[in-house]
Amino acid sequence: MTFELSEEHEAFRKVVRDFAEAEIAPQAARWDKEHHFPVDIVAKLGELGLFGLVVPVEYGGSDGDFTSLCVAIEELGRADQSIGITLEAAVGLGINPILTFGTEEQKQQWLPDLVAGRAVAGFGLTEPEAGSDAGATRTRAVLAAGEWVINGAKSFITNSGSSMTSLVTVTARTGPDEISAIIVPAGTPGFEVAPAYDKLGWHASDTHGLTFTDCRVPEANLLGTRGAGFKQFLAVLDDGRIAISALAVGLAQACLDHSLRYANERKTFGHPIGSRQAVAFALSDLAVAVEAARLLTYKAAWLKDAGRSAKQVKQAAAIAKLHSTEAAVTATRIATQVFGGNGFMEEFPVARFYRDAKILEIGEGTSEVQRLVIARGLGLPVV
Amino acid sequence: MNIVVLVKQVPDTEGDRKLDPSDRTIDRTSVDPVINYIDEFAIEEALRLKEEHGGDVTILTVGPEQATVSIRKALSMGADKAVHVCDEALHGACAIQTATVIAKALGTVEWDVAIAGSEATDSRMSVVPALVSEVLGAPQLSQARKVSVDGSTVTIERVTETGFDRVQAPTPVVISVVEKINEPRYPSFKGIMAAKNKPIEVLDTAALGLDAGTLGLVNASTAVVSFEVAPPRAAGQVVKDEGDGGVKIADYLASKKLV
Ligand SMILES: Cc1cc2nc3c(=O)[nH]c(=O)nc-3n(C[C@H](O)[C@H](O)[C@H](O)COP(=O)(O)OP(=O)(O)OC[C@H]3O[C@@H](n4cnc5c(N)ncnc54)[C@H](O)[C@@H]3O)c2cc1C
Repeated sequence: MTFELSEEHEAFRKVVRDFAEAEIAPQAARWDKEHHFPVDIVAKLGELGLFGLVVPVEYGGSDGDFTSLCVAIEELGRADQSIGITLEAAVGLGINPILTFGTEEQKQQWLPDLVAGRAVAGFGLTEPEAGSDAGATRTRAVLAAGEWVINGAKSFITNSGSSMTSLVTVTARTGPDEISAIIVPAGTPGFEVAPAYDKLGWHASDTHGLTFTDCRVPEANLLGTRGAGFKQFLAVLDDGRIAISALAVGLAQACLDHSLRYANERKTFGHPIGSRQAVAFALSDLAVAVEAARLLTYKAAWLKDAGRSAKQVKQAAAIAKLHSTEAAVTATRIATQVFGGNGFMEEFPVARFYRDAKILEIGEGTSEVQRLVIARGLGLPVV
Repeated sequence: MNIVVLVKQVPDTEGDRKLDPSDRTIDRTSVDPVINYIDEFAIEEALRLKEEHGGDVTILTVGPEQATVSIRKALSMGADKAVHVCDEALHGACAIQTATVIAKALGTVEWDVAIAGSEATDSRMSVVPALVSEVLGAPQLSQARKVSVDGSTVTIERVTETGFDRVQAPTPVVISVVEKINEPRYPSFKGIMAAKNKPIEVLDTAALGLDAGTLGLVNASTAVVSFEVAPPRAAGQVVKDEGDGGVKIADYLASKKLV
């Protein structure tokens, strides 16, 4: 039994950390303030090969494991949660459905650009009336003269409206009791992107509402099996939860790093605040939170890489996501407290992390939904 | 065209670097070891030349066992193989010894161009590339900010105080580069995985035909006689502008004989 990542994973972690510290951290506060989605940096993530980590070589990827993707997301998230979620969503929601369910033609058409970081794709599941209850989708797609005619609206869709967006995969009703996934290329007439949301956090991530008005795409843009849209979505969900968990680990680690430095530097009554048990013990709690979150995350990633049963992965993913994201929120509360008044100032990164943390407990399945999944995994008849 | 890059592992300049008081050599345990900063530019230049002209890139490192980490990093950037000269007898070696070892090790590889960084951030002597070319009797092109190759002729732009000189030499040639030359790439995940299986040939001084009894600290041509920890930086002097700020600054500069 071992609790260490491989030497190669650690070498890779170092590369992503160096990149994040050199190219991301110095600009994160500005992007946040200006609500700026930095397309040039996203393109650089592509040059580093981060979008293709879990993609086979034939589509430009490096055929790596899921653990390496978690390492990348964690390290980016340690510098800037917005960049971390951009990678997470681009892979988990953009690339993964096409890779898993796409035809050879669809893969050849879309994956090379997505993998190289020349483009990103979004996944439109959530609607104004369908979030946790994703099956309540109202968007409709009707087949007419070899084309899908799509009408409806999607909410909060990540990576859906920048100059880099090449497509959005949307779920839509294609018949009674039938939900399917359809690829809608950016710029298709009738596919309208609303201005970016005014969000509490993740300011440098690209999130939009989308509307579809008689939006026509070729019949061949159906992704996967007709009527299996919901089931397919559930199948790629577990990966996303582990990845969000990694993002939360990065945030908690950042809180620990910043707080530790500050606790040693900041003096009150002639002594560093870190010499007071009240502050030191808070940092101990923070260290425990980071460690536990990281172990649960990489255990889940390991189960997936080791090819364990879907049921086992699902349970581990939900447990990791639930714990890590709640630990991340707790971590930001501790960190801002350690920073005192400075913690409330945007001059210090902990304020940004404080705002960025909350969404982790909501996106890709709320904490309540994770508890539901876990309870069902325990065999409880919970509804 | 085959290229060898001379890569040194040094203590991270961001760390709190120390000398070992017992023998006044670098304390390698106190700070993370990294590839010498400018050597990354040398590696990048080698990879670019390879991309343009073909051939292979060999990393040559003289250093202790832990230098493997830096060698792997260089391989993960895209170099093909490595030679690691690793021998306890080299502990405390001076620049001349190091250059002699490098020259011998270069004899085990087929190469046309050897590229080094122009200085190392630990000793900062900037002499090893020149010494290597002297020992080999090969031409040296130093302080390059641009390198171009045409057949067996290498041309560089050598940085000078006022601009640059264009200098040319036939291969085999030793080049040292400055950090203006390019922007080193980050290793990709693919590169890291590939590096795992790239060959690193580990040689000791005997394998290079050198007599260990002539090497190391006791035989070094230079010696650290004594050293002191740098004093902590004194607090700055704040000049308050009460209408005469300019005069006060001028007085200060004059007192330091700067104006
Ligand atoms: C910044 C951002 C980016 C996003 N990106 C995307 C994206 O790219 N693609 C996409 O499709 N979606 C995206 N989402 C949507 C996100 O996944 C949903 O917001 C989330 O799943 C919750 O759905 P909802 O907002 O409809 O909340 P609701 O489902 O209305 O939930 C409201 C509250 O009720 C609770 N609740 C709901 N049902 C139950 C139940 N059965 N039992 C117990 N509690 C329950 C929830 O836990 C929550 O506390 C994004 C959201 C945000 C904010």
